[in-house]
Amino acid sequence: MALRGSMLKWIVQIGRNNNSLMMENELKVPTVAELLARGETPDILFWVGCAGSFDERAQKITRDICRILQHVGINYAILGTEESCTGDPAKRSGNEFLFQMQAMMNIEVLNGYEIKKIVTACPHCFNTLKNEYPALGGNYEVIHHTQLIQNLIDEGKLKPADNNVFKGKKITYHDPCYLGRANEVYEAPRKVLESLDAQLVELKRCKSNGLCCGAGGGQMFKEPEPGKKDINIERIEEVISVQPQVVAAACPFCMTMLKDGVKIKDKESEIEVLDIAEITARANKL
Amino acid sequence: MIGQLIFAICFFGALFFFAKNARQIYNNIKLGRDVDRSDRPAERWKTMILVAFGQKKMFKRVTPAILHLFVYLGFVIINIEMLEIIIDGLFRTHRIFSFLGSFYNFLIGSFEWLALGVLLSCLVFLIRRNVIKINRLKSKELNNWPKTDANIILVTEILLMSAFLLMNATDLKLQLYGFEHFKSVGSFPVSHYLLPYLPTSTATLYSIERCCWWFHILGVLAFLNYLPYSKHLHIILAFPNTYFSSLDAKGKLSNMATVTNEVKAMLDPAFTPPNSDATARFGAKDVQDLTWKNLLDAYTCTECGRCTSSCPANITGKLLSPRKIMMDTRDRVTEVGNNIKVNGTFVTDGKSLIDTYISREELWACTSCNACVEQCPVNINPLDIIIELRRFAVMEESQAPTSINNMFGNIENNGAPWKYAQMDRANWTQQQ
Repeated sequence: MALRGSMLKWIVQIGRNNNSLMMENELKVPTVAELLARGETPDILFWVGCAGSFDERAQKITRDICRILQHVGINYAILGTEESCTGDPAKRSGNEFLFQMQAMMNIEVLNGYEIKKIVTACPHCFNTLKNEYPALGGNYEVIHHTQLIQNLIDEGKLKPADNNVFKGKKITYHDPCYLGRANEVYEAPRKVLESLDAQLVELKRCKSNGLCCGAGGGQMFKEPEPGKKDINIERIEEVISVQPQVVAAACPFCMTMLKDGVKIKDKESEIEVLDIAEITARANKL
Repeated sequence: MIGQLIFAICFFGALFFFAKNARQIYNNIKLGRDVDRSDRPAERWKTMILVAFGQKKMFKRVTPAILHLFVYLGFVIINIEMLEIIIDGLFRTHRIFSFLGSFYNFLIGSFEWLALGVLLSCLVFLIRRNVIKINRLKSKELNNWPKTDANIILVTEILLMSAFLLMNATDLKLQLYGFEHFKSVGSFPVSHYLLPYLPTSTATLYSIERCCWWFHILGVLAFLNYLPYSKHLHIILAFPNTYFSSLDAKGKLSNMATVTNEVKAMLDPAFTPPNSDATARFGAKDVQDLTWKNLLDAYTCTECGRCTSSCPANITGKLLSPRKIMMDTRDRVTEVGNNIKVNGTFVTDGKSLIDTYISREELWACTSCNACVEQCPVNINPLDIIIELRRFAVMEESQAPTSINNMFGNIENNGAPWKYAQMDRANWTQQQ
């Protein structure tokens, strides 16, 4: 009898734990349309971007950004199937028509939902929404996810666990061009890394002197021109030279280029390429 | 008297020819499309003071920055001496400002130290170019004239400074001898070391002094007239170029207003576009399609190659060199300007900036990373020109690499640069 009782208690406990575990970690990503149907509006729109939506590696980063947003209880939403390419790769490849078509359609959706604030996962979306949409009628406060995470750390809403997995690890950071040089966001991602109690090491070419990963300006979608090496190889050689355990990225394109570089150099067992959002999620055990 | 006359002819003649050439360059720059850069004057002054006067961006590379600072300060400050030389030349006086007394001594003393700084820095620059052969100073776009141009500038500066110091040394020796009108004025902390090597005859000393004086002033006037033909024009144009440089975030590209009108008309049939210049091209085929700021950029470029040495495409062996983009633009606008000068109006010469000067391979190697823009010590923007040329290739010619065209097609049809269905965009939310 006593055994049955304690068994029962135990089973109930597991059930509860599982349940609470499920409740806490289950990712629920609301769309603006869903919120609107409930008579609600999001405080901030999470602009996922094409890479974040379709690229398998980038999808993991996207989900980690959602986990962070959900964890701190921010009232956010995505556009879901109503989101479309910002037009950045078209514009930088010279197709201004296509860019402006995309921009105007997106602005129509965003303004229709009365969006005021946007957080992006991709520095290219960030740059385009922030700098190139206003003149076409799209005026929003746009931040990149590294800036959001930095704010959350400053506000004490995110705190890496004392024994987080990155503690003491050697981490370096690769500046994405469209976050760094293009918009002078150098400190936010670094502040996030500083909160980890890790050993931070800068690359030789960093901040305003950072070297491109090779994917910008439409290069992501074409073979490189003939040359003596690929740009991501040049970059990854610099990464390898500082012997980090983790190289942090903040852009899905850089992620692809760095990941490929590490693979080609056969360093996958030594160097992990992680986005700032993934690092944050892991350090906070989300 | 005859000396004064020769001086006046040389001086005003030099100014006249310089003004004529400057006018030609001004006209060439005005060939570009209009762009408004008259807003936010306070920020523009600040940029000019920091970047041009303050040499802020030079200090990204410390060694050449310090050497350049000597030459820059030398050039700016020793030019005060030019004023005295001009007055002396026109009115047959000698060291007219010497009434300033101890302040004059201070001035001449500091000019001497600066002259020595310029001289030594130029020597080091010559060594960097011709002996050590720094990477960015030996690229193939510098072959022939650009390399010669650079060496001419450095050698001229060395000769001018040597003449200045030798002039002062002979002057000092004549002062010590109490020769004619050579009163004891000035302070000569550098040139007095030359005294033991000078002849003792006052007549010889006097001719050396006069020769150096004439060489210095004629050299400077010749140099002034050399500027319009040389990359060295940056000593003047760096100031307006930084003043008119973009104040926006580097990531921001211009939105083409003509396209905005067309897109609005497509999305909303009721929209009537304002009258626009129907003959204007989309993007740039030739220099006239660029903005005047792009052309000012081209004339301001001093071919230092910081852009090229930080360009990821160039570093990895691609054909693209941002410096070459600027040099090509300048060469082409000069050619177009001469064409107009000769023919009265532009007569087609079968050439264009794209293809004749800048190849497609160069254009498509750019990652738009802004490293070149960031590095330029005088705020030149090569990326702007690259994007304008791409716009022409894509929108006027439909000539983009196949994979780029595929990407356009995907965005158009699926709303993403890859071939994924729009309906699947939020599928990632279904996985944990």
